[in-house]
Amino acid sequence: MQKLIKNRKIIEDTWLLLNDLTPSSALDTANDADILVPLAYWLENKEALQTRMGKTGVWLDSQELPSALKDSLSTLKIVAINFPKFADGRGYSIARELRVTMGFDGEIRAIGDVLRDQLFYMARCGFNAFDLRDDQNLEESLSAFDTFSDGYQVSADKPTPLFRRRA
Amino acid sequence: MYRYDNYDHQMLSERIAQFRDQTNRFLSGELAGDEFLPLRLQNGLYIQRLAPMLRIAVPYGMLSSTQMRKMAYIADHFDKGYAHLTTRQNVQFNWPELADVPDILEHLAEVEMHAIQTSGNCIRNTTTDQYAGATADEIEDSRPYCEIIRQWSTFHPEFAYLPRKFKIAVCGTHNDQAATQVHDIGLFIVRNDAGELGFRVLVGGGLGRTPVIGKEIRHFLPKEHLLTYLDAILRVYNREGRRDNKYKARIKILVKETGTEEFRDKVEQEWLAIKDGPLTLTDEEIARCKQYFKAPAYQSFGTASPALNAALAEDVLFTSWHQQNVVAHKKDGYAIVNICLKMTGVAPGDVTTEQMNLIADLADRYSFGEMRITHEQNIVFADVEKADLYELWKALKSQSLNTDNLGLLTDMICCPGGDFCALANAKSIPIAESIQRAFADPQRLREIGKLSLNISGCMNACGHHHVGNIGILGVDKKGEEFYQVSLGGSVENDTSLGKIIGPSFAQDDIPSVVTKIVEVYELERQGEEKFLETFNRIGMDPFKAKVYAKAD
Repeated sequence: MQKLIKNRKIIEDTWLLLNDLTPSSALDTANDADILVPLAYWLENKEALQTRMGKTGVWLDSQELPSALKDSLSTLKIVAINFPKFADGRGYSIARELRVTMGFDGEIRAIGDVLRDQLFYMARCGFNAFDLRDDQNLEESLSAFDTFSDGYQVSADKPTPLFRRRA
Repeated sequence: MYRYDNYDHQMLSERIAQFRDQTNRFLSGELAGDEFLPLRLQNGLYIQRLAPMLRIAVPYGMLSSTQMRKMAYIADHFDKGYAHLTTRQNVQFNWPELADVPDILEHLAEVEMHAIQTSGNCIRNTTTDQYAGATADEIEDSRPYCEIIRQWSTFHPEFAYLPRKFKIAVCGTHNDQAATQVHDIGLFIVRNDAGELGFRVLVGGGLGRTPVIGKEIRHFLPKEHLLTYLDAILRVYNREGRRDNKYKARIKILVKETGTEEFRDKVEQEWLAIKDGPLTLTDEEIARCKQYFKAPAYQSFGTASPALNAALAEDVLFTSWHQQNVVAHKKDGYAIVNICLKMTGVAPGDVTTEQMNLIADLADRYSFGEMRITHEQNIVFADVEKADLYELWKALKSQSLNTDNLGLLTDMICCPGGDFCALANAKSIPIAESIQRAFADPQRLREIGKLSLNISGCMNACGHHHVGNIGILGVDKKGEEFYQVSLGGSVENDTSLGKIIGPSFAQDDIPSVVTKIVEVYELERQGEEKFLETFNRIGMDPFKAKVYAKAD
């Protein structure tokens, strides 16, 4: 089973990431599997998905807006955000909006081209789970979360900016 | 100037450790080149034609003498004995070894310097007026606000992978010297009718392939909302800026395609979510940043300076430099001095180890140990006693730093061009020199008067050619270097973009083309008319006719 980093620990990933779905395919997967489905699929099949035994999460692509999940957040345990390329920075704003503006307190997972050198900023923006690209060393990546001891800005992990905290 | 506290020092040393680790992983093959690329760019490191280039951040151009000595040290130990000043008021080294860069960064950190976010698709060095705090033409000193923006933009976790680079300028004077209208965000410090301080906010200006003058999206932003508003603009840009085509990825294209009104509405909507939140500036923070930029310990002098008058009466060369390079100060008995780095035969903005060491010593002796780098690639001593000007000039002269052409045609802005830069289509430094040689007569230069000539080696426009009164752009024509000339640009309050005169020219023709353009201006100008005024009055045709006239 695939491993991922969640809350700074390496854990087994129990979720099945579904791509390129036919209208019924997600509903066809094993009834008790936990599945991550694309946004559009979620919006169309919300009710049916919620009758499954397994849990359902949604993944957003980098051009999709978290506001589309406004009415779904209370039922979702996990929202994943895709990085088609690591240099596509839209995911950082998506995570911040989910965590800070919309107050989502479930798992926000980075998927796709997720690399060790981006983890620190991702965590600051509200991600707490990281499905790193296959070639990344998870043990070594854990140190990335301690790259900086502080930050100047307001972000998901720091509700007040440094200028209000300077001693 | 600003001094680091424990937080700043701690984060900077953590940054160096991070980059050392990344560099080691790259050198050992563990980190792929394309994945190392944005990491090294955000630490100022380009791979150039001949060697890596390291661009060091000089926040809003302010540099202490200690920092300048460190620049000299780096030039001596890690480079070829010189440094290059850039139009973002930064310093570049053209010959460091990649493996040495983490060590160079350690050296920089000792003097509270770094190369953070001097490149890459992130928020770059905030720039401002080089006379800030010293000129009478000032609404408010812009530097405390620049420092506030510097801290907010440094390691901003959300905006490190923007669609494209992002540049902010702040203007606190009536006469804009910071090219504020051609920045991704231009902030003009203003007072409202109640006398409160705030910002007029422009977005979507920029040069590069598609030059655009910024559009106003807010007439008055109270100062405490500065950072929340910037956060909101960047958030809209990060979300909606184009990522399908790097030539259409700057915020100016987004503003153009969205429409200024609609863009503003999006920003305001985003802003409402965070307005009055914790990122709202406090009076304490503004006061804290202001105290770093308090006026130095000026002495009281009368308006007249007998020592200066005696020197002016005695030395013609000093008088010429004084007229051209020395600017009025807000405080009686003081002057602002421009050290012009545009000596013919030296690449514009280049400065040697010896010169840097001398400049540092002179700043200590004559200008409270501080200096500023200008976007015109010169150096400013902002607080010199008038009585010391003659001694200062003599000392500058000993290292050929007395070039007296500030604001004149030969005080060009020029990028490193094809001699160094991997992006360039053509060389720019030899073009600058050939023009300087054609205008070698100082008397003639003064007759022509204030005139800006900017040269870029490619359409990325690092040499700001669009906004030169005369702009020169290197282009590639079937493998040969040609130069396109534009007229009518300006980057002052009357900011305008130059128009292309016609077909491009061979390198050898450029000095005579510029000469002809200048001749038309001299012939046509009325009274004290500046180049732009004459150009706007008579249009392109007379220039075109002269430049493209067939030889008899």
